[in-house]
Amino acid sequence: MADAENALSLLVTLAVAVIALAFPFVASGYHIYQGAQVLIFAIAMLGLNLLTGFNGQISLGHGAFFAIGCYGAAILMTKFGLPYWAAIPAASAVCFVAGFLFGFPALRFGGLYLALATFALAVAAPQILSYTGFDAITGGSQGITLAKPQAPIGLKLTSDQWLYLVCLASGAALYWAARNLARGRIGRALIAIRDQPIAAETMGVNAALYKTTCFGVSALYAGVAGGLSAIAVGFVSPESFGLSLSLAFLVGIVVGGLASLGGVLFGALFIEFVPNIADQLSVNFGESAKALPGAIYGALLILVMAAMPTGVAGGARAATNAVMRWLASSRPIEVANDGGADVAAKYEGKGESP
Amino acid sequence: MINRRIFLQSSAAAAALAASAGTARADDTPGITDTEIKIGNTMPYSGPASAYGVIGRTEAAYFKMINEQGGVNGRKINYISLDDAYSPPKTVEQVRRLVEDEKVAFLFQTLGTPPNLAIRPYCNANKVPQLFVSTGASTFADPEHFPWTIGFNPNYQTEARIYGKHILATKPDGKIAVLYQNDGFGKDYLIGLKDALGADHAGMIVKEASYETSEPTVDSQVVTLQGSGADVLLIAATPKFAAQAIRKSADLGWNGVRYVTNVSVSVTTVLKPAGLDKSKGLITAYYGKDPTDPRWNDDPGMKEWAAFVGKYMSPTELKDANATYAFGAAATMIQVLKQCGNDLSRESVMKQAANLKDLELPLLLPGMKINTSPTNFSPIRQMQLASFDGASWQLFGELLMG
Repeated sequence: MADAENALSLLVTLAVAVIALAFPFVASGYHIYQGAQVLIFAIAMLGLNLLTGFNGQISLGHGAFFAIGCYGAAILMTKFGLPYWAAIPAASAVCFVAGFLFGFPALRFGGLYLALATFALAVAAPQILSYTGFDAITGGSQGITLAKPQAPIGLKLTSDQWLYLVCLASGAALYWAARNLARGRIGRALIAIRDQPIAAETMGVNAALYKTTCFGVSALYAGVAGGLSAIAVGFVSPESFGLSLSLAFLVGIVVGGLASLGGVLFGALFIEFVPNIADQLSVNFGESAKALPGAIYGALLILVMAAMPTGVAGGARAATNAVMRWLASSRPIEVANDGGADVAAKYEGKGESP
Repeated sequence: MINRRIFLQSSAAAAALAASAGTARADDTPGITDTEIKIGNTMPYSGPASAYGVIGRTEAAYFKMINEQGGVNGRKINYISLDDAYSPPKTVEQVRRLVEDEKVAFLFQTLGTPPNLAIRPYCNANKVPQLFVSTGASTFADPEHFPWTIGFNPNYQTEARIYGKHILATKPDGKIAVLYQNDGFGKDYLIGLKDALGADHAGMIVKEASYETSEPTVDSQVVTLQGSGADVLLIAATPKFAAQAIRKSADLGWNGVRYVTNVSVSVTTVLKPAGLDKSKGLITAYYGKDPTDPRWNDDPGMKEWAAFVGKYMSPTELKDANATYAFGAAATMIQVLKQCGNDLSRESVMKQAANLKDLELPLLLPGMKINTSPTNFSPIRQMQLASFDGASWQLFGELLMG
């Protein structure tokens, strides 16, 4: 049973990889840009999912780390003349440090209190970025305009295709890293801290170190996403990092499935496309329907969560299990969850907060 | 695909067949056929700035009216307006969709300073006209660097220059204090004011204080400004903060001339909360007819507007200054298309947008004229001062050029 599931998951991963690779060569420039946005959101959500899904630390402030990555990369490129491939890792390193440091006060907060503390980050970020004193480097409310990076000479790719592939390569590498992190000793420690903090510490897990490092790594992911967003959009300004961005990330990981790394792709697709769909649907209610896109977005969100309470990943897993059971119904085989893999469902079932 | 657009009348298909041997020039431009002109737009229909959504809806309604009247030169307008939630990355995405997928001929009235800044390089690199952007930031009137982007609103600096000139004329020995919002909007007023005062009178500004939109009140800033001994106050603040500043300065018993930005002149949302008595004597500058002002009830332009609202919009939008603004912008767009005749190439549209001569609009103040030229990308540059008498704004003096 577990073997069949592994084979299926490998198959799905391969299929996604093939589609993702082929996409920029069949789609138009505008769709490739959308694809890059999806990948950027997915990267940020990978980081947030490590923190919230695996480690149980709720962050409403990842938009702020995204902003640091975005501005960091933009400033390094425009003021220090760094190429984008150097600026983005450098900006992400800054994000790691920022996240790691923020992890210390976060140690003192649990659950909702941490959510509020990070919420403050998200609220403060746009204002700090538009602060007059920083105008010389941040461009103030006028923002910073960046030139789009071109594909290396010799590669016959448009700038959109190249950007998409850069995002895809970053996303794949970061997914692989997150997967290894989550599946090994570190992942077990993170989950143990989330579910049974006292037991974990008794077993010798250094909870403070794991939690702060997890915060740092999570911020690093958001920073990479921010940096990529800076070059993909070609413009950064404080308005890009409103509260709604941080909330969208959280919505994305919950829709995709908490503690499901593959689920972030669905989450990213959701936050990229559902607002567009909501805008288009609202036309049916007449031109004077004020604020309807927001209401329709909310209704769609409720629908998705009602249909799949454990997110798309949880829903897909339940569907797969049902199919497996049906296939195996001729043979008496015990249907068992293989412990660690089903963390999302486990997290949902758990009543108390860490 | 369903869009926020004005659908073509059912006869369009038949007309297309009949007119298939039309002008060759028009066929070369995306979004232009013998029967249709496709116009793209982005608006914050959702998100924090969604109050501006009425601008997009008014424009859609205006183009619907034009289509019912037969369109422009036999071409119907297909206005595709998409939601960008005032988020620059989303604006870039939506504009690329409009240009690359929907293949619009050009953009019109995309809203907001950051969203327009984000798409400006794309529009200019691809030579897609970015017409009459819906923002007062002065940076969009820069034909030298961005020949495909043209502004519309009298920009904030223009307005501030008018205040500066008025201060110089009426209070040459005045001491000026400025309260401004700490962003591009607020700073434009500071720049415009200093510009009008010039180097000789720069010392007239004795105190500046800024605030962040996240602050609960601006009371402490107003106290600081009053403490400077200034006798002229310029309030470059958005409605909520302007109301606080007006009330606080009156409570402090500050006897000075108070100028308030045109952004915050609504009697219902600013002056009533501040206190009508406390608002007495305020000075501002207008360029459009205030739809809430009964003085215009018998004005032909306002009657035209009321008739339009009656037929195409909801009655609640009758008194919305954003809606009257959009009415004028849409009319300007139609004028440009009429001037283009049958040459609707992007070059021609841009050329005619920069070739408006003494255009008068029904809802602009009497005597105001819109002018553009290859070196002037600020269509509305005149304003008239008005003072508040405790009940309504009273226009006074001549039309002024900022």
